[in-house]
Amino acid sequence: MRKILLSLIIVVIAITFLGRLSYLQIFSFSTTQVLEDPAIKAIYDYPERGYIYDRNGHLLVGNDPAYDVMVIPREVQPLDTLEFCGLLGIDKEKFVEKLRRARVYSPRLPSVLVPQLSKQDYAKLQEKMRKYKGFYIQKRSLRYYDTPSAANVLGYISEVNEGDLAVNKYYVQGELKGRTGVERFYEDLLRGRKGVQYIQKDRFNRDIGPYKNGTIDTLPEQGKQISITIDKTLQEYGELLMNGKRGGIVAIEPATGEILSMISGPTYDPALLVGRERSKNYTKLYNDTIANPTWDRSIHAQQPPGSPFKTLNALIALQEGALDESTTIQCYHGFYVGKKKRGCHCGGGQRDMNKGIYLSCNAYFAGTFRKIFEKFETTDEAMDVWEKHMKSFGLGDYLGYDLPFGQKGRIPSKEYYDKWYGDNRWSSSYIISNSIGQGEILATPVQLANMTAAIANRGHYFTPHVLKKIEGKDITEPKFTEAKHTTIDPKYFEPVVRGMADVYKKGTAARLQVPGIEIAGKTGTAENFTKIDGVRTQLTDHSVFVAFAPVDNPKIAIAVYIENGYFGSRYAGHIASLMIEKYLKGEISRTDLEKRMLEKTLEAEYAKPYSGEEFKINERVW
Amino acid sequence: MSGRSILKRIDWLSVFIYFALVLIGWINIYSSTFIDEQSSIFDIGTRYGKQLFFIGVSLVAIVIVLALEVNFYERFSSLFYLISMASLLGLFVFGKTIAGATSWYDLGFFNLQPSELAKVATALALAKYLSDIQTDIKRRKDQMYALLIILIPAILIIPQPDPGSALVFFALIFVIFREGLPLFYLAIIFSLILIFVITLKFGPIWLIIGLVLFIILLFGLKRKTLKIPVIPLALVSVAIILFSLSVNFVFNNVFEQRHRDRFSLWLRLEKDPNKLEQIRKTIGYNTYQSEKAIESGGFFGKGFLEGTRTKGDFVPEQDTDYIFSTVGEEWGFIGTGTVIILFTILFLRLISLAERQKNAFARMYGYGVISILLIHYFINIGMVIGILPTIGIPLPFFSYGGSGLLFFTILLFIFLRLDTNRLKESF
Repeated sequence: MRKILLSLIIVVIAITFLGRLSYLQIFSFSTTQVLEDPAIKAIYDYPERGYIYDRNGHLLVGNDPAYDVMVIPREVQPLDTLEFCGLLGIDKEKFVEKLRRARVYSPRLPSVLVPQLSKQDYAKLQEKMRKYKGFYIQKRSLRYYDTPSAANVLGYISEVNEGDLAVNKYYVQGELKGRTGVERFYEDLLRGRKGVQYIQKDRFNRDIGPYKNGTIDTLPEQGKQISITIDKTLQEYGELLMNGKRGGIVAIEPATGEILSMISGPTYDPALLVGRERSKNYTKLYNDTIANPTWDRSIHAQQPPGSPFKTLNALIALQEGALDESTTIQCYHGFYVGKKKRGCHCGGGQRDMNKGIYLSCNAYFAGTFRKIFEKFETTDEAMDVWEKHMKSFGLGDYLGYDLPFGQKGRIPSKEYYDKWYGDNRWSSSYIISNSIGQGEILATPVQLANMTAAIANRGHYFTPHVLKKIEGKDITEPKFTEAKHTTIDPKYFEPVVRGMADVYKKGTAARLQVPGIEIAGKTGTAENFTKIDGVRTQLTDHSVFVAFAPVDNPKIAIAVYIENGYFGSRYAGHIASLMIEKYLKGEISRTDLEKRMLEKTLEAEYAKPYSGEEFKINERVW
Repeated sequence: MSGRSILKRIDWLSVFIYFALVLIGWINIYSSTFIDEQSSIFDIGTRYGKQLFFIGVSLVAIVIVLALEVNFYERFSSLFYLISMASLLGLFVFGKTIAGATSWYDLGFFNLQPSELAKVATALALAKYLSDIQTDIKRRKDQMYALLIILIPAILIIPQPDPGSALVFFALIFVIFREGLPLFYLAIIFSLILIFVITLKFGPIWLIIGLVLFIILLFGLKRKTLKIPVIPLALVSVAIILFSLSVNFVFNNVFEQRHRDRFSLWLRLEKDPNKLEQIRKTIGYNTYQSEKAIESGGFFGKGFLEGTRTKGDFVPEQDTDYIFSTVGEEWGFIGTGTVIILFTILFLRLISLAERQKNAFARMYGYGVISILLIHYFINIGMVIGILPTIGIPLPFFSYGGSGLLFFTILLFIFLRLDTNRLKESF
């Protein structure tokens, strides 16, 4: 016993030590040591964020220097507080409080005392700064916008939050990151890569040289300059036209899929989300849940497309041989769904495809829709074919554009109706509203514009996108440069295109003709409902318009969706025509149309559901 | 005996581990004190250069220790003891004060620490006394003499002040124990430590309640065959309670705050986690930093000369008492594990060497060597990895310090020299 006791003690000590050491070095050890190590300090060298230009080389977003007043609490010497506060432009209480908070954060690390001084304040302060020990001015760069528009496309940047830090190890507290739009989608291009220099510190926090002799330090990588497909002039003009209106405008160059303008109304000046007033402005915009200025309607607002959708039904009918362009259908100022009559504004009479389109005859397209379904043995089969054709136009699914968010819209499938009505308990007459773009169909403005581009191209489209050039070089991303073909044979497009051209010549948009440009278009007037105190209430119809021009070799395809604007030819038709003229001719000859659009607002219409009183919809006068 | 036969018979395993530990120790001293300036490792102006010089001195000492006649050590052990006690006394007059402790003689080119010499001398003297034919360790009087040999140097060292070094001598009780000191003594020492810890952690009230419950249980389970010695039990209980109360009193009224803080940190007496963290970072600063340094080494370590906390001088005393944290940071668990295993093998090997001695003096001296090395190793590493309170004593063969390395070497090699003669009962 006496002999082995000591050996036993030695072994127990060894086990205890190894246990404790494995707890420290294996279980407590974490791999993010370098950043937590008080002996190593990382100093970052931030590259300038890349500039953003429009398609013609006009600057949209650049950078502006800003000046933060920093403080290292430990180094602060007694000072003339009043004079200093006067220079900083803050009162004494705030100054004392900020200093206290900085001290709580860390007495030896720098904190921001006053962020983003104006250039004037900076000039005043700069000479006297030496008097105040422990304070210094740190230059950094802020986004500068050379346009009051395109906030929804450009997006904004803001400080990273806990979530970002957890997901992406690149970021460090206090850094900026693109939040929406191009700033978010092309964050990696625009941001570049910060350079890091690791400094070895001793316990007094003094630098004692580079860590590992600087071998793991990195140089900053410049942010890339990019050009986007947006036309600055057109974008700004479109936003002016949207004055007091809600909705979206999307214009696409059919030959490339480049988005020429993407407008959401109401919008905001991107400069509001930069600088000292940022958080105040952001809260204000964010809290406006009725007009919702931060919600990009051009890609988010899924609505019934209305009559423009008729053009696709015509194409499907031709492709499937359900009728040809001369087949006529009688319009009795409407058509019947069972015993119920649905109205039509076309005037009534024998309608062939051309008249059906330019007069937007509901009865003609209800008949067309029935004829498509009659071509097939079963409704299920017909529905599958119809759905396949519709989806080939980029409807009912994400388009895959290079913007972060968006909605899919909806093209209903047979499963959708089986769920709704029960298996095999529905037929084409149950879903006849789909023939005129009402019913269960939903699409976003960008999808409507893309559909229009596909018609303009007679059967194919390019995925809409906003990135045009990186560092002056055109993009080669196959996703955006390879054509997507629709399931409709190009030869069937001609009669539909002719019908759309006649919309301008003698149809629903005859008064919107622009001299010298042959435009093909289609009006739409979409019924819509809301709930007021739980009661389903109909509101004034949405005004919808799609168009492309010139008819041969189109340069622009556009979709305009104006909420509660009533007839398609009213707001949406006006705006589409003006946009096309602006883009193709650079100036406006139809000043009458322009004046009307710049002045007329729909604020009164939008106030109706919130008035708490009875109101009329679809008022004739305007 | 010829030089060749010494080399033949010397225990090469112990010698190998000794050199391994000295080498690893020096590498870490080099790393702890290395500054990026170009300087030769032989530069005596640097700490690592100085330590290398003392490694050389130790090599010379090894040759001398092995060359001397084997009975030299036994014969002159009393004289060594007297000389070393005199040198401890001399400190009160001629001592040089470094960092508040008067523990050194200034010899011009280096400072000699006589307490290191005293460790060797005391181990020799104790072995000599216990192995004397006239000593019977079962006798109370002889037990007292043996204890006195240990106590004298301890008492002389305490006022330097250097309580850590004084504590080391108590480890020699193991030697007496090995030779037949009744288990009773060890039991008392452990009980006192236990009562001390329980009193601090839970307070005397809970100790008394526990004791009362124990006695009730004892009477409750009373068997006919077992007679409870009532009077001794009562006396022991009173003694325990008195000791507990006095511990409480001493802790609160005699101890200084810094002592109290060390214990509250070690036993986690502070309940408020924020305050505890505060104590860890102030009073426990050294241990906190060394734990962090060891932890940051991870499994593989950061590599030689790559320890950022070592370079940044975050751990105080890193080349002396806290040298093990450098091993932890730069060599990781692989390094610390290796050192622990080397020490463990060395200790177990020395025990088996001691046990194979035919000569009683050699055996007892061997136990003395083990006890002294073991307590240094246990307290030092225990402190550096944060499981024992802060007690400043060096890690044998590792820590920077000329006297330490030299006398630890002599301590060990005297035993290895004795071992070469193990087959003879008397020298």
